[in-house]
Amino acid sequence: MKFNAMTAVAALMLALPGAVAADPDDDNLVINGEQEMTTKAPLPAHMEDANMDQIMSGWHFRSDETQALEMDDFDNPGMIFVDAGRDQWNAVEGSEGNSCATCHEDPSSMEGVRAVYPKWDEKAGEVQTVAMQINDCRENNMGAEPYGYTSGQMANMEALIALQSRGMPVDVTIDGPAEEMWEKGKEIYYTRYGQLELSCANCHEDNYGNMIRADHLSQGQINGFPTYRLKNARLNTAHGRFKGCIRDTRAHTFDPGSDEFVALELYVASRGNGLSVEGPSVRN
Amino acid sequence: MAEGVRPRVKAPKSADAGEVVVIKTLISHKMESGQRKDSDGNVIPRSIINRFTCDFNGENVVDVKMEPAISTNPYFEFEATVPEAGDFQFTWYDDDGSVYEDTKSVSVG
Repeated sequence: MKFNAMTAVAALMLALPGAVAADPDDDNLVINGEQEMTTKAPLPAHMEDANMDQIMSGWHFRSDETQALEMDDFDNPGMIFVDAGRDQWNAVEGSEGNSCATCHEDPSSMEGVRAVYPKWDEKAGEVQTVAMQINDCRENNMGAEPYGYTSGQMANMEALIALQSRGMPVDVTIDGPAEEMWEKGKEIYYTRYGQLELSCANCHEDNYGNMIRADHLSQGQINGFPTYRLKNARLNTAHGRFKGCIRDTRAHTFDPGSDEFVALELYVASRGNGLSVEGPSVRN
Repeated sequence: MAEGVRPRVKAPKSADAGEVVVIKTLISHKMESGQRKDSDGNVIPRSIINRFTCDFNGENVVDVKMEPAISTNPYFEFEATVPEAGDFQFTWYDDDGSVYEDTKSVSVG
């Protein structure tokens, strides 16, 4: 009898794999008790064929405790790095005697930037990310050494710039001259890589809300980047995360800052068109 | 002196007399434990915040002795009773002798 009862319990658990409550929640993200963020939005037009019914910030997939960290700037450990970014912003470096502030004055001049990048740059004739712009400025306007693409200093600066656009909807342009890169990014997104033969879509489109071993799969949105991860206690850039994800498929990854990752960043950003810019967010 | 050290405090600007308020403090600090080695095998010297105190109008509220196992950017959250208007004085003591201070005034009424 006891055996049967146990079997019944086991059978029930097998029948309800979702009982572990891996589904995203319906909480509302309000930062500092005043700034309401859009964390769920209708599918962008270009995603009509995608296997999902709405887009969601990764914030919904985290535990209440992790979510709370992002709801108050004092509790958000990413803000420490924003302060470091502000110091870098004002620091004179390089042969030209310039700092970021020399030309751009207050960081608030960067309002709206994060929401529309990566973006086609007419002068350079290519799609550029915020990181590429930062290094372009450092090399050509400051005469300074460029930051490593996924370095701590780069992440600090990206966080400072992202913060200026916090709450604004992501709105990257995918047509016109950027379309070629966007198509390339889309192809990468749906291509299976590595010994595990996994594409981005296998996890983040087909299986978001499910568990991958002990972790909770999100939609892989990058509206919250750079993001403070509890697992490594520092800011992580989008390209650093892409690299980690592709590595986990047991593939040789593309390099951060490579054309492939710039294309992928443009495509993944466009999948979040309509969500609020959250950077710096807090995740596992 | 450790780099990038900056104390931060979040405390209410006003309170009722006798009210218990929540105070949050954080200091950005690398908290090097003294247990790690660099790429050449040399021990990286210990460099931590070893003591944190909070006083209200000269009366001690908390006094914390800190050890090397405490992780980077130590954060303390605690409650304090505000009997009258005055100043919260926060002090962090670094291994290298540096002392970092912050003050928050709270009014009553």
